[in-house]
Amino acid sequence: MSNEKTPILEIKNLKLWFKVYKGYSKVLDGVNITVHQGEKVGIVGEAGCGKTTTVKSILGILPEGQYVIPEGEILYKGEDTLKMNSRQLGKVRSGEISMIYQEPSAALNPVFTIGQQMMEVAKNSDQGKGKTKAERREMVLNAIRDVFIPDPERIFDYYPVQLSGGMKQRICIAMAIMTQRDLMIADEPGTALDVTIQDQVHKTLDRLVEERDMALIMITHSLGVARELTDSINVMYAGTVVEAAPTAELFRKQLHPYTIGLMEAVPRLAGGGIQAGIYGSIPDYLYPPKGCRFAPRCPRATEQCLENKPELVDVGNGHKVACFNIEEV
Amino acid sequence: MADNIILKLDHLKQYFPAGKGKDGKPLFVKAVDDVSLEVKQGEIIGLVGESGSGKSTIAYSVIGMYEPSGGEIIFDGQSVRKKGRPMKIKKDMQIVFQDPGSALNPQQNIGEILELPLKVHKMCKNKAERVERVKELLRMVELPEHYMYKSPASIGGGEKQMVAIARALATDPKFIILDEPTSALDVSIQAKIINMLLKLQKEKNLTYLFITHDLSLMRNIADRVAILYLGKVAEIAPAETFFRRPEHPYTQMLISSIPVVSEEEEALKPAKIESRGEIPSPVNIPPGCSFHLRCPYVQDICKQDDPVMVERGENHQARCHYCGVGLGTPNNNEEETK
Repeated sequence: MSNEKTPILEIKNLKLWFKVYKGYSKVLDGVNITVHQGEKVGIVGEAGCGKTTTVKSILGILPEGQYVIPEGEILYKGEDTLKMNSRQLGKVRSGEISMIYQEPSAALNPVFTIGQQMMEVAKNSDQGKGKTKAERREMVLNAIRDVFIPDPERIFDYYPVQLSGGMKQRICIAMAIMTQRDLMIADEPGTALDVTIQDQVHKTLDRLVEERDMALIMITHSLGVARELTDSINVMYAGTVVEAAPTAELFRKQLHPYTIGLMEAVPRLAGGGIQAGIYGSIPDYLYPPKGCRFAPRCPRATEQCLENKPELVDVGNGHKVACFNIEEV
Repeated sequence: MADNIILKLDHLKQYFPAGKGKDGKPLFVKAVDDVSLEVKQGEIIGLVGESGSGKSTIAYSVIGMYEPSGGEIIFDGQSVRKKGRPMKIKKDMQIVFQDPGSALNPQQNIGEILELPLKVHKMCKNKAERVERVKELLRMVELPEHYMYKSPASIGGGEKQMVAIARALATDPKFIILDEPTSALDVSIQAKIINMLLKLQKEKNLTYLFITHDLSLMRNIADRVAILYLGKVAEIAPAETFFRRPEHPYTQMLISSIPVVSEEEEALKPAKIESRGEIPSPVNIPPGCSFHLRCPYVQDICKQDDPVMVERGENHQARCHYCGVGLGTPNNNEEETK
């Protein structure tokens, strides 16, 4: 692993509002995430808490004109992607960052063969430029081989419908790793798949990321997946990072009441019944709570929580938490 | 005691036509292939398996959405088919579907949705009584009474599922099929719904057929667990045994694939086995044991003969040639099959 200290990506106090009929839906409310070179970072949270929005804003692939970013910056290798023009951003997309989406069947175009789609990626990537068609084809076949799909020649001429969900997701991974990238973003790559297939896809992804010394951002709603695949975890709730820690540290001790609730709600293989869950639901982003966004659901909420927004502070061991009322470590 | 068996599947088969093969013979998707199962009054029986293993098909056959291709479904001592079910049986057997968004009629409000089963089964004498009952049902699932005037579109996913559960409870059933009731929901909401279901089950002495692909969840709710692979039961055991001492290699593979959150759970996972391969198409079921393409312990006999269920202890059965004989050493290094 290379120097741990160089951050490859820094998201600083990112706020993002979507324009809706009634005004602004204030989805992201000051997200802070740092990814170092070669590090595997997890973003964990429930549906609708802004995980996907955060990573899509890195690549600038949110629907144009439908959102505003009132504050914050996204520094990729020291440069703010939010300030880039479309040519610079195109360079980041073609040579620096790749992404895998949640639903493999929606990510692949049904009317083109796997080969046609992957050749397109090869053609537009930095490494594929200036190569002959035969060389690019070789690149594609190697990529398919890398994700453990036997007989790449045959798969090359297949249409996406001829492949199973697990195979499609592997093809998506193959596309993402085909050219050397520095950062891979995986948005719930195993969620749509069966647990045995999910396990295989995750292991393939993990191995490839390690081999190529890429940094990985892994989005998942499952704490179990994050535990197996990441070095550090950011827990998101309603558009803010509420707790961030190295993976082992987070599983040793959870500090934020939301993380504690989430951890308790996970059914255990060892049995012992199911905890109560977390009362209530995610706030309305049109009218979010003034103070801490978790306060309306929080068992420890005080006056202060309703008025002020807690900052993400380091409490030792690289463990950061955004809460006024944490119990002593 | 034979009299407390509420549901019995006797060699149930459910085939769907799937065109013709190259030789002109009709092909079938064998979604459920010779499943026998007994469900006792008051227990929670879990069905697990990957997608395409036939879990939901069993549920739909039992509830009467499909006419079985073979075998028998015996509910409360009475053989039931798709057609000609007595109202009494329809009333006693209810189902909750996976996706609450599409299970509730968007044109009706919650009150109307909950009233319909009451009207169909003539549970109440008049409108006033029905409204009372609707309120009672909402209280049962811990929703405020004024929800009866809301439309399904205006409430959250978890609340929709609560309404779907309330609707299933409306007819005072004995037996409820829960087809992945929480897999579309977040864990914090799942926890709430599961706890409520467990509470209702105790209060009303209900019997649940619980279908899920989430084994960790299954561990915490089911009394007995049956695992399906390509339309056949691979192993069936009391929950405790199922997770502590799984016998079938497929069960072991599935348990070892679960992402878990603690060391304690990690220790429970069978270490020797690694997940590989995919579930084959149910049109072309491989000869012999249907699992042999993915099984790390595969021997020659597995490629030829389909194993039969063997008793492996109290209420514990597994369908494998080598259960009990000893599985030998796994061959994890073999090239991946497809």
